[in-house]
Amino acid sequence: MNIDSLVLLAIALPLMGAAFNGLVGLFAPGYRSNKTLIGTLGTLCVAIPFAIGVLLFIQFDHDAHITRAFTWMSAGDFTADFGYRVDQLSLLMMLIVTGVGALIHIYSIGYMRDDPGFWKFFAYLNLFIFAMLNLVLGDNLLVLFLGWEGVGLCSYLLIGFWFTDLKNSEAANKAFIVNRIGDFAFLLAMFILFKDLGSLDFDVILAGGASLAPATINWVVFLLFIGATGKSAQIPLFVWLPDAMAGPTPVSALIHAATMVTSGLYLLARMSSLVLLAPGVMTFIAIIGALTAIMAATIAITQNDIKRVLAYSTVSQLGFMFMAAGVGAFFVAIFHVMTHAFFKGCLFLGSGSVIHGMHEVEHQLEEEGHEVHLDPQDMRTMGGLRKYMPATSITYLISTLAIAGFPLMSGFFSKDEILFKAFEYGYSGNGYAWFVWVVGIITALLTAFYMMRSYVLTFRGKERWPNADRIHPHESPASMTGPLWALAVLAIVGGFLGLPGVIAHGDLNWIHHWLGAPYGGPVAEAVVAEHEASFIVVEWILLILGGVIALVGLGYAWRVYNRDGIEFDQKLAIDFRGLYTTWANKYYWDEGYDKAVVKPVLGLARRVMDPFDRYIVDGLVNGLGSMVRAFSSLFKYLQTGVVQNYAVAILFGVVLLLGLIIFG
Amino acid sequence: MTPQFLFFCLAIVAITAALGMLIARSPVSSALWLILNLFCVAGLYLTMNAQFLAVVQVLVYAGAIMVLFLFVIMLLNVAALPSVRDIDWRLGVGFVLGVALLAQLSYAIASSTDLMPAEVSLESTVATGSVEVVAKELFTRFAMPLEMIGVLLLAATIGAVLLARRVSPK
Amino acid sequence: MEIPVDWYLALSAILFLLGVIGVLFRRNVIIILMSIELMLNAVNISLVALSQATGDVSGQILVFFVMSVAAAEAAVGLAIVIAIFRNKLSVDVNDFNLFKH
Repeated sequence: MNIDSLVLLAIALPLMGAAFNGLVGLFAPGYRSNKTLIGTLGTLCVAIPFAIGVLLFIQFDHDAHITRAFTWMSAGDFTADFGYRVDQLSLLMMLIVTGVGALIHIYSIGYMRDDPGFWKFFAYLNLFIFAMLNLVLGDNLLVLFLGWEGVGLCSYLLIGFWFTDLKNSEAANKAFIVNRIGDFAFLLAMFILFKDLGSLDFDVILAGGASLAPATINWVVFLLFIGATGKSAQIPLFVWLPDAMAGPTPVSALIHAATMVTSGLYLLARMSSLVLLAPGVMTFIAIIGALTAIMAATIAITQNDIKRVLAYSTVSQLGFMFMAAGVGAFFVAIFHVMTHAFFKGCLFLGSGSVIHGMHEVEHQLEEEGHEVHLDPQDMRTMGGLRKYMPATSITYLISTLAIAGFPLMSGFFSKDEILFKAFEYGYSGNGYAWFVWVVGIITALLTAFYMMRSYVLTFRGKERWPNADRIHPHESPASMTGPLWALAVLAIVGGFLGLPGVIAHGDLNWIHHWLGAPYGGPVAEAVVAEHEASFIVVEWILLILGGVIALVGLGYAWRVYNRDGIEFDQKLAIDFRGLYTTWANKYYWDEGYDKAVVKPVLGLARRVMDPFDRYIVDGLVNGLGSMVRAFSSLFKYLQTGVVQNYAVAILFGVVLLLGLIIFG
Repeated sequence: MTPQFLFFCLAIVAITAALGMLIARSPVSSALWLILNLFCVAGLYLTMNAQFLAVVQVLVYAGAIMVLFLFVIMLLNVAALPSVRDIDWRLGVGFVLGVALLAQLSYAIASSTDLMPAEVSLESTVATGSVEVVAKELFTRFAMPLEMIGVLLLAATIGAVLLARRVSPK
Repeated sequence: MEIPVDWYLALSAILFLLGVIGVLFRRNVIIILMSIELMLNAVNISLVALSQATGDVSGQILVFFVMSVAAAEAAVGLAIVIAIFRNKLSVDVNDFNLFKH
């Protein structure tokens, strides 16, 4: 098989899986109970594309390969093909999406087994993978946008998967609507690009970008970034992501941690040569990323819902990635996307395993007739789970260490590389990068702290649910712990793909080498080349600093939470008073939006749009109706029902037409 | 008897028969007049050397379709409708339109002689109307439409049976 | 010794017009159907005449098809007439006015 058909097969398979499971499940209810078949089919439709991705990766020969499936639309000068691009960046993303995706599919077979919507869940998951592959493999912005909207749709469907609960529907709506704001900016950027370049193909955009006016470039990059803030949950559009945890946990792992939320980064990396032409906007990106990172990290400290801690952690880590993009180090951002997919995927799946176990506790309590409302996601009712769920506990700990930047784990290398690049960029005369660097260091410390807090509160200490002496959860089945182990191993070794220069003998690290020099940012490279000798020392120092910070954060949290348990949160609240309240209330973003946007819009709707709708829109429709009726009362007399009158009319038409032909 | 004379005779009988069909009060005599007209048309086909069509005309029209008509007329057995009717607007308009149509057709025939050979020559057309030529065309170039016609006729047969079936009261 | 094509065409026009008049003015629906047959025949005459004049046999093939369609049309049309007659006990086209406003 040649590359073209391989690529198309990889993209078509998830769609076929979605269509099959979805349609057969919809029309043949008997199929729905066939969960092994549904799950296997859904997983294969992602695993095979992963295998194809590996094959393409091995065969890849450093030239982008473009597959044109068919012309999507053609209007005037404008044509858009369903073209797919296999190059270094898209291959890497494809491997992440399908690899982590396949693992999470396997996990879902166990996690969702008792759910009546099992078939629907797998159909949605496959559809998501299809959209995501369009997003990362698309050869022009339009196909990318199609995937972009597709993943948004799947995100909506999966957040609201248990839509009978109004809260979940609202979370889904929130995610969709907030994303629309970013999408709108993305659309505007596409319009500008099309107006000035006449094409949306990546080749044209990246080659022609330099010829654009500086103001245009600034606008395009700015709007693309706004689009990215929506999808990748940055200030000011991050508010949907924590609420998105209403969806099933595998969804949180796949969509809201590992893949979809990183698509904003992918967009910026794809457009990297254009982004580098807009240094002003890069400053903005880096600062937004830094602010988001520290803001989300501080909120995460105060959260008690295990999934919400992870959600804010995701926002924070995404902030890290944008910091990297903002200092021009796109390859590092992609590196962090990859390591983050491993450890955050593992953390979410681990939390799912915990929730699975706590549900069991809840059921047992109910069976015994206790009137307790146990929130299976609340860390305050957990504790001591490591005895009952050893595999979950160990993998969760590994990933916690990885995300915190424990030396030699994957997060250590990727996070350190981000900080190092920020430092380097600051050193080469960009003052804002110092700010980014400092914020990054603080955030890294906070990350280590809150992640260890969540581990200790969940897995160590005393059991805090009622009747803990008799009732306890069990380890999840192998279909769930298997993916946990796989991701945990990746979370340990994944970092070696991006060993820092000092360890890798001063050479470019593998990721950078693979993606190519343009993804590294030209300024920093020049500076490094100039001060090579001194920079080796600096890099060592920074590496050690990163490790020390992680150890301090981890160690402190380990000590205080093992000693005081959840009571330490109260101590924190007293020590930080106002600050802690602000954190616990998430900086009042939701309240602010509610006051500034939601309430005014609703008020406007009630006061202005309701009368408008009632009198003008309805009036128009009713008016049209009565107008038609009035006319018809006149013309209905033409309809005599006498066939021969109609025949006369036909003859009249014939005479007219003949006259036109003969005399016209 | 020259061909022209033959043509005139046939034409006059054909027109007379058509008029007879229009005027006759009873549907049975209308149908008989129409059969005469159809025979004349078959004769006209012969004057043009279209033997195949002439035979088909007699077989299909006079033999099959008109028998069906007569059969239905007799099956329904309705008395002749009163032919006198109120003179309404349709008579006037229809008459005017009919005359206009005839005028247009005459004009078209008179003015378009350059389009085609002016005459149908018996000698030159011996070949084109024969059964052999028509059959060859029908089973090669027009084989597909021929099959479609078969399907159409089948559909019409089924449709007619369904429509005319007596619906048993249930 | 030859007959001008125009004569055939003129005859065709006259017969067609007579068919039109039948369709417009007769009230018996069976006679209306017969008038339609007459119109089809009129058209057939001109098709054959032009076919023979130009030496192109496809005109006659078309006539053959017209005949087949006419047969189908007569069968279905008469079946409809029978069906309507069962309900209305009439073949007067003025009684068939279900489409009246």
